[in-house]
Amino acid sequence: MSRPEQEIKNGPAAAALLSAGLGCFVVGLDTVLAQIFPAISSFFNWCPPAGPLSGKSGLAVIVWLVSWAFLSAVWNDKEVDFHVVWRAALTLVILANLLVFPPVFEAFGH
Amino acid sequence: MSLTWKEFWAVFHGLLLGSAYLLAFAGGLAEFWNLRKRTQTPEGALEAIKRLKIGAWAMAAVCWFTVISGTYLVYPWYRAKGLESPRSKLLADPEKMLWHTFGMEWKEHVAWLSPILATAAAFLVSYYGVKLMERENVRQSTMIFFIIAFVAAAVAGIFGAFINKVAPVL
Repeated sequence: MSRPEQEIKNGPAAAALLSAGLGCFVVGLDTVLAQIFPAISSFFNWCPPAGPLSGKSGLAVIVWLVSWAFLSAVWNDKEVDFHVVWRAALTLVILANLLVFPPVFEAFGH
Repeated sequence: MSLTWKEFWAVFHGLLLGSAYLLAFAGGLAEFWNLRKRTQTPEGALEAIKRLKIGAWAMAAVCWFTVISGTYLVYPWYRAKGLESPRSKLLADPEKMLWHTFGMEWKEHVAWLSPILATAAAFLVSYYGVKLMERENVRQSTMIFFIIAFVAAAVAGIFGAFINKVAPVL
């Protein structure tokens, strides 16, 4: 999959990083929303034996893959500001790590 | 010397896949580090990137197997209704309750960050190939995602091991 230097644009790489950040953030966001709203927790019960975790993770994977496909299409063969994209992606991943930490998401209520 | 079906999957999910993951990460991290431009000859870089591609994709694949087997096989047994499930046992004992309310709650969510990040890192390694050496910012970004993926999985793995010791899936 690696290509000669003159053909390599950073758009597809930036798309992979930012979409991964978005996917991770959705795991955290889903965790908090399920904690706040019982109805959302019930909605996430996609596979009853696994409970709401199935929907929280399932939605995150869907958002990750759809955003990756979309950003790859938009940024294909383009140079983007890598530093801006990287900072955004890293911020989303850090937020995701905070939001899945029990003392944080439990602070949003039951 | 026998294992129940549930014990087998608990061991497969935690110990076998976890060990493979650790190996893939250790190898991958060493190759990321060695991929600094000043430390590689062109021939060495080609070999290093081959190993890194294998290590990164292996780590991502093992990570997906681990979270899927954990979420859809082992976790349902852990959280089954009834007084005999590990979750029920932990919640019934005030001295052990925190293993579920903190340990399991953290583990089950943070684990899902790992395969997403590991897959992104593996894609970047494949996309850039040996040119990753010339893009120091991309190499570092990829390595950071790779490390965060490992740390997230390590948190999940460590809590999984302890919880399975305190309240095993039988």
